[in-house]
Amino acid sequence: MVGELEFEKPIVELKSKIEDLRKLTQEADVDLSSEIEKLEGRLAKLQTEVYNNMQPWDRVQVARHPARPTTLDYISHIFTDFFECHGDRYFGDDAAIVGGIAKFQGIPVTVIGHQRGKDTKDNIKRNFGMPHPEGNRKALRLMKQAEKFNRPIVCFIDTKGAYPGKAAEERGQSEAIARNIYEMSGLKVPIVCIVIGEGGSGGALALGVGDHILMLENSTYSVISPEGAAALLWKDASLAKRAAETMKITAPDLKELGVIDGIIREVSGGAHKDVTEQAGFIEEELRKAFEGLQDLSSDELVERRYQKFKKIGEYSFSHQYTGVK
Amino acid sequence: MIKDLFSKSKKKKYATIPSEQSRHEVPEGIMTKCPKCKKIMYTKELLKNLKVCMHCGFHHPMKSSERIEILFDPESFTELDKDMVTVNPLDFPGYEEKIKSDAEKSGINEAVVTGTGKINGHAVTAAIMDASFRMGSMGSVVGEKITRAVEKADELGVPFVIFTASGGARMQEGVLSLMQMAKTSVALKRFGENGGLYIVVMTHPTTGGVSASFASMGDYNLAEPGALIGFAGRRIIEQTIREELPEDFQTSEFLLKHGQLDGVVHRHELKGTLENILDIHSPGGEL
Repeated sequence: MVGELEFEKPIVELKSKIEDLRKLTQEADVDLSSEIEKLEGRLAKLQTEVYNNMQPWDRVQVARHPARPTTLDYISHIFTDFFECHGDRYFGDDAAIVGGIAKFQGIPVTVIGHQRGKDTKDNIKRNFGMPHPEGNRKALRLMKQAEKFNRPIVCFIDTKGAYPGKAAEERGQSEAIARNIYEMSGLKVPIVCIVIGEGGSGGALALGVGDHILMLENSTYSVISPEGAAALLWKDASLAKRAAETMKITAPDLKELGVIDGIIREVSGGAHKDVTEQAGFIEEELRKAFEGLQDLSSDELVERRYQKFKKIGEYSFSHQYTGVK
Repeated sequence: MIKDLFSKSKKKKYATIPSEQSRHEVPEGIMTKCPKCKKIMYTKELLKNLKVCMHCGFHHPMKSSERIEILFDPESFTELDKDMVTVNPLDFPGYEEKIKSDAEKSGINEAVVTGTGKINGHAVTAAIMDASFRMGSMGSVVGEKITRAVEKADELGVPFVIFTASGGARMQEGVLSLMQMAKTSVALKRFGENGGLYIVVMTHPTTGGVSASFASMGDYNLAEPGALIGFAGRRIIEQTIREELPEDFQTSEFLLKHGQLDGVVHRHELKGTLENILDIHSPGGEL
């Protein structure tokens, strides 16, 4: 039982109780199998109950789970013949974003994604999945290459945000993000974006302007982290749980706001419980997404993308205001 | 009373020492104190000087109405989408009240004013952001108004000019604010592909999501001197890297030094610079 989360506590407790009874059966030579059976029935019910009623803050915890599958995990499960391409050709190679060419069900694609580390050492190398400008520029280079060779693009979004650092600012973090968003708007190949963990702000959007945008059931997508929102709006970072609810950052919230096209279901309890099964769910949705886009011409794709983003936002009209004076 | 003047009052007179607060206060309206050099000057004279401090050159923030006044040929500016107003898409507590009170204080109903007009005879479509409204932050209305202004420029075949002034995305509209970065960009991309000329003038402050979208994508990126321009907040960066940042960090001059701007232009030269760029891009003049 490693890495169980706060909201899973009742499940963990019940599981350990069952385990205790099992041990007792073996050691003390008493038959408790009917007890165990009863408890296992309760456990199944409890699991459904807990995992079907996850609150926004629970989902944030699952999205941030250290064992949550990363871009490279999904690449190895969903794609074949992956060849990783490095470097932005201007400054360096940013390990916080990985990308390359591969095959998806036999079709050549370009696949790009934010890459978190698996442990502390890896996280330092990958800068916790928070890209510098050169990471975003590498991504754009690969997208342009995909366009040249008429390959569809898959983007996995999994970042707390673009890195807030001195060097990042010096090298034009803003410009790198802005250019990705701008250029993705006009790419003449299908782009499918999947938020697999945290989709944090501009850093996420730099890989997020696509034709079909999906989110894993327990991923988040937001303008600011719940902690950041709480600190900014209520001057108290400990109100993050409340911010997670108010800011509407979960997959169901974004579906309702009309920002994403669909939700990819997760393995019960979260993607980290079974990477292979989860990769299967993603593969299925990815195939459907490409099928929906394959008959569109490049002009139709760009026009559709235009309309898709143009309609996001809510406003109204009032005739009281008389204009700037 | 006259006779009081002659009466020999034995009362001791004390010099009054102004309180700490009143010493720093300047009569509202008539006088303005420069936040940089702390010198006090007549507001009228400051306005005549385009709100540039006569002593130290500090560029005071300008309201959108003031920018329109100094930038466009008289009577040429027509506002677009002025009846578009903000709603509360996330049902964020207290958001409507904040919008209402900012509207009363600033005299505008959102953080950007858009319109068509002429700059020394050159027809343009323009967007002027205003930091006096919710720090110029971008929510649905700001994104939509800018997008429509870009579409208008595309339709009319005229250049698009924007004055940015924004703290970034509007928190109270959550992810919808974030998506305005994409919305404005799809419009700018199409405008650019159609050959449209796009000029950005970054003013204090231009940060966060605005900096990381349309503000950085001009064919010409200009900035007023001393403006704060950047992606992440200074405090966040200091906390992250645990080192002190240079004093000029994220200023216009810093960005120029690091290759992020075409030029830092003094407000007195700004109109002339825009005219020059527009002129070079205007049709005519055969070899």
